[in-house]
Amino acid sequence: MKGRTISPGKAEGTAIVSNEPIGFYGGIDMNTGIVIEKGHPLEGKSIKDKILVFPCGKGSTVGSYVIYGLKKNNVAPAGIINKETETIVATGVILAGIPCIDQIDLSKIKDGDVVKLDADKGEVIIKKQRN
Amino acid sequence: MYLTKEEEKILNGEKGEVLERMFRLLVRLGDIYGANKMIPIGSAQVAGVSYKSIGEPGTQFLEDIASKGAKVKVLTYLNPAGIDLENWKELGFPEKFAKNQLRIMNAFKKMGIVISSTCTPYLAGNLPKFREHISWSESSAVSFANSVIGARTNREGGPSALASAICGVTPNYGLHLWENRQPNIIVEVNTDLKSETDFGALGYYVGKQIKDRIPYFKGIKNATTDQLKSLGAAMAASGAIALYHVENLTPEADLVDKKSLEKISVDNREIKETYEKLNTGKDPDIVIIGCPHASLREIAELADRLRNKKLRKPIWICTSRMIKEAAKRMNYEEIIRNAGGKIVADTCMVVSPLEEIGYKTTGVNSGKAANYLPSFCKQKVVFANIDKLIENIEE
Repeated sequence: MKGRTISPGKAEGTAIVSNEPIGFYGGIDMNTGIVIEKGHPLEGKSIKDKILVFPCGKGSTVGSYVIYGLKKNNVAPAGIINKETETIVATGVILAGIPCIDQIDLSKIKDGDVVKLDADKGEVIIKKQRN
Repeated sequence: MYLTKEEEKILNGEKGEVLERMFRLLVRLGDIYGANKMIPIGSAQVAGVSYKSIGEPGTQFLEDIASKGAKVKVLTYLNPAGIDLENWKELGFPEKFAKNQLRIMNAFKKMGIVISSTCTPYLAGNLPKFREHISWSESSAVSFANSVIGARTNREGGPSALASAICGVTPNYGLHLWENRQPNIIVEVNTDLKSETDFGALGYYVGKQIKDRIPYFKGIKNATTDQLKSLGAAMAASGAIALYHVENLTPEADLVDKKSLEKISVDNREIKETYEKLNTGKDPDIVIIGCPHASLREIAELADRLRNKKLRKPIWICTSRMIKEAAKRMNYEEIIRNAGGKIVADTCMVVSPLEEIGYKTTGVNSGKAANYLPSFCKQKVVFANIDKLIENIEE
């Protein structure tokens, strides 16, 4: 699938998919990489080293700094795929240096798929689908 | 987006890692918002300053880039910190918080940023001119610069304003373009606005109604700088209004196209209802004014009201360090202190650890403060004009 480069780089990993926006500030624990937002579909799950797939960001601009913090603490996702990346996530992935692509049809990616992301080319490849 | 050869070099990392990351951010934002190129800016205003706002992750980010040699290319001012940088101990700000706040200020200082610590840079030495392109964050300052001065800035976030400061440019989109500065709704004001608080109430109401549109106000007979400061701040807080025009009062009002626009009216009833809505408490533990930061006039007026009075509860007036110095020179500070009040500099009640200090109900005369205190500081709010607030806490 071809999308738009938000932040360059390559990544490969297991996809963790959310249909709900993610608010990094208050939504993800910066020290552990675990989703802490009450009621969020991914609540309790770890995003560390995963390919994190979600429609867009939400909430405070401090979220950009949380994404940076996740990377610093080695608990960041390996890559991010969005439907439409808004400025908070865009700012965060660029500051942190996390490969990120948007304008992708998220319905084609299932939780557990092995996904390869080449943000330099704006390409997402599903290498192995979860049964 | 068109990039010059120099800009391409920066994006390729030929001018270092920090510049590459910051410039890449601007290019991405420019792409997302349809900018055709980068434009140079006259100054920047950086938000994301209080340790309460950016926490450990933000602090580490700033320390990282400062240590990697990040330096700003234009006059860059800062938003309020979470503490009065000089008098935090005396005022009861927690020590651990203060130490972390000072780490942040040191990182900014290393980058060559002016430690102005105010949301009113235009009152403290950063005054843009008409049509000047700038990159400001801090929603109330953005509103003032665009509307009252007629300078041009988008509603930047902290990191993007910082990136613009370091790169000296901003992507050419949004409010940098004349066609995007036209009003898209008329607000007819059919009531007398007597105090800054009335203007704040008007702003709160309009912001909620029209969210992020560009209003053209009719029916406001006159307004001081301070009153416009209140109006813009409230609209930018309850809504996302970055630019407004006031017939006969703001520089672009005569120049914009206001034909055939949708119209809403604001009567006394809407103002009254707004006051009622924003009042969630009784009997303030403290009265805090200066949101946005007080001008020297406002401090003088407070001193006048507090002369020979004694207060049962504290009153703080928040302002920039620069204005506080002027207030000290004029003895306003002494008058206020004798009544039991304090001029607090460098900080903002909303981003300070107010609840940690122990206050539960705060009296304010600012629509912006009334909007934010419940969620940011867990405060109940008494929203009234300054005379009523002082009456509330007088002995």
